[in-house]
Amino acid sequence: MTTQTETHSETTVQVAGGSVRVLQDGAGEPVVVLHHSTGNPGWIPFYEQLAAGHAVSVPDLPGYGQSERPAWARSTRDMAILVRRTIEALGLGSVHLVGLGFGGWVAAELASMSDHDLTSLTLIGAAGIQPEEGEIADVIFYEFEEYVKLGFSSDQAYAEVFGDEAAPELKELWDFSREMTARLTWKPWMFNRQLPHLLSETQVRTLLLWGEEDRVTPIGVAQAYEAALPNATLQVLPGLGHLLELEAADTAAAAVAAHIAGG
Amino acid sequence: MFIGYFTERPYQDFDSGWVGSTGREIEDLGMTNGDYNPRIGADLYNRYLDEKVYAEEMGFDGLMLNEHHSTPFCMGGVMNVEAAILARITKRAKIVLLGNVLPIWEDPLWLAEELAEIDMISRGRLVTGWVRGTGRESVAHNSQAPFNWERFQEAHDFVVKAWSTPGPFRWEGEHYQYRYVNPWARPYQEPHPQIWIPGVMSRNTVAWCAEQRYPYIMLATELEPTKKSFEYYDEVAKEQGYEAGTQHHGYLFKVHVDETEELAEEAGRKYIAGPANPFLEGNQGQVRANLQNLPGLTSRTSLLPTVSTFAAAARGRSLVPTGAEVEAPNSDAQDQADFLGTYEEQSKKYSIISGTPKTVIPKIRHVLETLRPGSIFFWDGDGAMTHEDSMRSLRLFGEEVIPAVREMGKELDLKGPFEVDTQTNEPMEA
Repeated sequence: MTTQTETHSETTVQVAGGSVRVLQDGAGEPVVVLHHSTGNPGWIPFYEQLAAGHAVSVPDLPGYGQSERPAWARSTRDMAILVRRTIEALGLGSVHLVGLGFGGWVAAELASMSDHDLTSLTLIGAAGIQPEEGEIADVIFYEFEEYVKLGFSSDQAYAEVFGDEAAPELKELWDFSREMTARLTWKPWMFNRQLPHLLSETQVRTLLLWGEEDRVTPIGVAQAYEAALPNATLQVLPGLGHLLELEAADTAAAAVAAHIAGG
Repeated sequence: MFIGYFTERPYQDFDSGWVGSTGREIEDLGMTNGDYNPRIGADLYNRYLDEKVYAEEMGFDGLMLNEHHSTPFCMGGVMNVEAAILARITKRAKIVLLGNVLPIWEDPLWLAEELAEIDMISRGRLVTGWVRGTGRESVAHNSQAPFNWERFQEAHDFVVKAWSTPGPFRWEGEHYQYRYVNPWARPYQEPHPQIWIPGVMSRNTVAWCAEQRYPYIMLATELEPTKKSFEYYDEVAKEQGYEAGTQHHGYLFKVHVDETEELAEEAGRKYIAGPANPFLEGNQGQVRANLQNLPGLTSRTSLLPTVSTFAAAARGRSLVPTGAEVEAPNSDAQDQADFLGTYEEQSKKYSIISGTPKTVIPKIRHVLETLRPGSIFFWDGDGAMTHEDSMRSLRLFGEEVIPAVREMGKELDLKGPFEVDTQTNEPMEA
């Protein structure tokens, strides 16, 4: 079932007994974007700019937003398998996979299993590996709005996107999303000790895109990915926070598009 | 009627800056135990045990303990240790645990063994009770909040089976797995100690409790909502095909008795002015709602009820929702029980009853007439109350209040769970 909105189309596919909603737009090589642990706020400018030259698909990860909860799922690896099956159900073939934050961890898990159907991989402020120094920010210790604010380089940057106080509908999305996240990662929080070992065979061309001011996922995580992945490049964007695709959609989309084209 | 005694066993350090208006910033789970003084802890643990022994002497039927973690308002992190000591140093009173925080136990077999030992040492005086815990407990012992309710139910089923089914048996559950369940300790009481469930307003806990026919003990909630919760219990009981009675309803409330009205007011104010609970009105602590309302602790529906479509791309950078407005999530009801207002407000609505026996007894009667509980617990000796405050009150409870309340219980036909079997509604042998 596909419906068309002003900016994009929405389609639903069945995966492992549950429905997965996917937002889509654009034409060209297929790009799949996996959202943050806070859920997908909608068809944001970052997607729109990528869709100017690519066929962009953004699933609500199972259990988030309008995708049914897989009540049995217990790990990010379960989620990665569901995403792999979602991509197959969409018939996209080999894709450029882009993961944001927690979605970046899902993307890395997916890539660790097999990378023959990935044309490129982009991890933006991705969780998934324990940094040598510091910790990945723990949503448990923040009001969920404060947690989202932490994703920006400043409160002002947050206000430019969400206003002084976010709309109730967004808050509901954030609160709802953190429940699903807590079903998948709890201890350890936001990383998998096995992942660096499993990534050592992953040859896909990878961009590690990090905001210099990322207060959620320390740069140490990027460095750990760089060490684990045989074919990864780290690019740090000055002045931007964790949610850099919201804070600077143009810059983020341009960096991703350049990486995609780079092959 | 079953009459119990309770204090939350506050950690009282009058030099800490946590008492009164000292200007010290206090945040829930934001206080360091670097400030904890084990010398004070030692005195307090012993004081609270002594008070329990005296409460038994004064005629209380039950000595109630509770459990919280990483917080100064309750020293019962390892309540079972206190219970085990009481099992040995008291003679007659029931030891009522309300309750162990089931979901945070990684190994509920260990809990089954501990409780069986307590029941044996006390020669069958244990009343066990289980709770889901507040967010604090899940954070402190890092228990995955979204599975709290599932773990509660599975641990309950497991412990009851470990107590009542001869082993060995195997348990391969969703959250707990054992290849060999055969604890070399079984409860003194057959088939196991009574299970009472304490709670506040969680509807699914009330319903579950009524399905099990366990007494539901409302913890210091206001009268009207308490009454409504009991009514809801009764409705579920009807659906289950039985008539709930006073034996299924219990109530904990703050009552302090003193020699004069002046002393009573002075001590009564200490309920909310002391270090017991820095998060009460009158103190300066800040509860952090996000810690109390952890993700998934109260599960939402499995699908976000609103379609989140944001017409952001076409209208510039700002993400403006186009869907209908939805209410922001409610904070946990468990929290609300802590915020009952000033001393005057609380006294007015019977949340705190403090006075001489003469003024206290009619107020207790009002509570009993309104709620008709078969078991009650007087919550005393809390906040900034001293040992002397507690002992004066306990003596007056024994001399004047308990005898009067027993008469009321008879007159109002309030039967407790040791008079009428909650499972069968049949009278029990004395």
